[in-house]
Amino acid sequence: MKTQVLAAILGGLLAFGAIQAASAAEGQAAPKLKWTTDGVTGHFDRAELKRGWTVYKQVCASCHSAHQLYYRNLTDIGFSEAEAKAIAAGDSVPAGPNEAGETHVDGSPIMRPALLSDKLAAPYANANAARAANNGALPPDLSLITKARKGGADYIHALLTGYKEPPAGFQLQQGMAFNAYFPGFQIAMPAPLVEGAISFDDGTNATVAQMARDVSAFLIWSAEPELEDRKRMGIKILAFLLVFTALLYALKRKIWADVH
Amino acid sequence: MATQFKNPVVRWIDHRLPIFTFMEHSAVSYPTPKNLSYWWNFGSLAGIILVIMIATGVFLAMQYTPHTAMAFDSVERIMRDVNYGWLLRYLHMNGASMFFIVIYIHMFRGMYYGSYKEPREILWIIGVLIFLAMMATAFVGYTLPWGQMSFWGATVITNLFSVVPVVGTVIVEWLWGGFSVDNPTLNRFFALHYLLPFVIFALVFLHLWALHTHKSNNPLGIDVKGDKDEIPFHPYYTIKDSFGLGVFLIVYLGFTFFAPNFFGEPDNYIPADPLVTPAHIVPEWYFLPFYAMLRAVPDNFIDVFGILPIIISAKAAGVVVMFGSIILLIFLPWLDSSKVRSSQFRPVFKWAFWLFLLDCIVLGYVGGQPAEGAMLTIGRLCTFWYFFHLLVVVPFLGKYEKTRPLPESISAAVTAKESK
Repeated sequence: MKTQVLAAILGGLLAFGAIQAASAAEGQAAPKLKWTTDGVTGHFDRAELKRGWTVYKQVCASCHSAHQLYYRNLTDIGFSEAEAKAIAAGDSVPAGPNEAGETHVDGSPIMRPALLSDKLAAPYANANAARAANNGALPPDLSLITKARKGGADYIHALLTGYKEPPAGFQLQQGMAFNAYFPGFQIAMPAPLVEGAISFDDGTNATVAQMARDVSAFLIWSAEPELEDRKRMGIKILAFLLVFTALLYALKRKIWADVH
Repeated sequence: MATQFKNPVVRWIDHRLPIFTFMEHSAVSYPTPKNLSYWWNFGSLAGIILVIMIATGVFLAMQYTPHTAMAFDSVERIMRDVNYGWLLRYLHMNGASMFFIVIYIHMFRGMYYGSYKEPREILWIIGVLIFLAMMATAFVGYTLPWGQMSFWGATVITNLFSVVPVVGTVIVEWLWGGFSVDNPTLNRFFALHYLLPFVIFALVFLHLWALHTHKSNNPLGIDVKGDKDEIPFHPYYTIKDSFGLGVFLIVYLGFTFFAPNFFGEPDNYIPADPLVTPAHIVPEWYFLPFYAMLRAVPDNFIDVFGILPIIISAKAAGVVVMFGSIILLIFLPWLDSSKVRSSQFRPVFKWAFWLFLLDCIVLGYVGGQPAEGAMLTIGRLCTFWYFFHLLVVVPFLGKYEKTRPLPESISAAVTAKESK
């Protein structure tokens, strides 16, 4: 009986392994990288997240929204409240029709500086405006992107650093770029990261690899801001459960000792 | 026969409503075979998960908005801004997967030890109904976050009803509340997702009622023959179930805290878009074996006489095969005519069982792959074997298998094992 159970479990695991291997067929599999958020003790590196925010804000945000994030969330990655307020005040968001229902004469909304309680300003008013400005392609919202793509942050990092000349004979459509990690290998986004295009406040050298890493880490945070709390709580609860279950087992042995 | 309680308040209540006597009889002094293995832990585990699912679900419902324009963001608000909302939601999400793992083990346990046989046929049938209700609950629940897989999964599965002759389209539009999966669909699915768990709860009550009428089966599959074979549920099985619960919680919470999206599809973190179809529409893992069977019927399928394709389309045949695979389980007590319950005494059936289990696992794997090439062929063979096992192997073995001699009693078998 025991060997049969083992065989069944083994069969299941093998089948599962094959699923994992097959799912990468759509684009080249992203190399596995190490992140501070990995593993049971995973945590955020605040300095990395702040650099990642700089990349997001100065590069990604010109085309991509991050709909789930509020300016107030920036205090979670190491900005002070005053800094977050200043960042918010630098952006403008639609104030909507004002109390009297007024808009600008052309119908566009009246704008105001953003507050901590606002969601991050979006680059386009809506999906149609985004497509119109991007050759028909829709830049996806980035707030959940590491959870919404197979490979997560590894994939984002690989994509950002994976721009190459297309192999000979590859038919690239007009306005598209070649990227081995993107399903179908053709991506509407031109290579977004250029060495030295931005500068980091902490003096870190803004190489493409550095920027890709930092912004990927930032996007892990934006998709799973609870990650640190979750893992910390998990360690405590599982430590308790391991001890408690061991005690239950001892008690079970004791109670059952007289059953024949 | 009322039990005498020491506490006067308890005695006063029990005299008027014998609820304490009832609890005493069904969870304390309740006589249980003394040889139950750990495979018998999964029934009570399933009950506990049901309670966890209802408890977390009620609080999630307080924060969730069943509207196509707001559902996705309301779930994200739960994850980000509701106190411990991420915990509630991840518990609920992973709880669904755990529920199915536990139920599948529970069902295969029943098959291995012949727990569905006389006099437990109704107990088994109620179990199959609970399984069906669980599948319905899980399916409508998966629609609620209104991600890409929510939307497209709902579209694919509701469309299955279009194969019903004559009124198929009417039924599908009635299910949708319109002409596609849209806001009315989301609204009613939310209502059903809140209703169905209580239906399951009622079915579980019937399941337990039937169980307590003839008591648990056991690994030997022979009837209890007096006090020597039994021990009271408390403290023996309360402690054994508690230990099992501890182990289960380590696994469940391990996933919840450290790999909460392990069982999920990344596509469901993309908001639903009726204009963009995902590259591969796959259901949640626990539906994959059935999904494989749905897709197993070839477009140009043909029977010996060549008349079936005229009366039934390949799509309809696939739907019949899929639902049939579950409905068939209801008849298992009559398909298996062997008087011997436990596989321990059925040398051939035992191997047929493991082959059937492997068949279901392979079906699950195939269901997660694109339906093409070798996968399709394997899926078809496994679908064939699923039905061949239930309709041919099981009845045949019931009739012709030479079973091993059964022990005289549970206590005799236990003592014999110990003296070895």
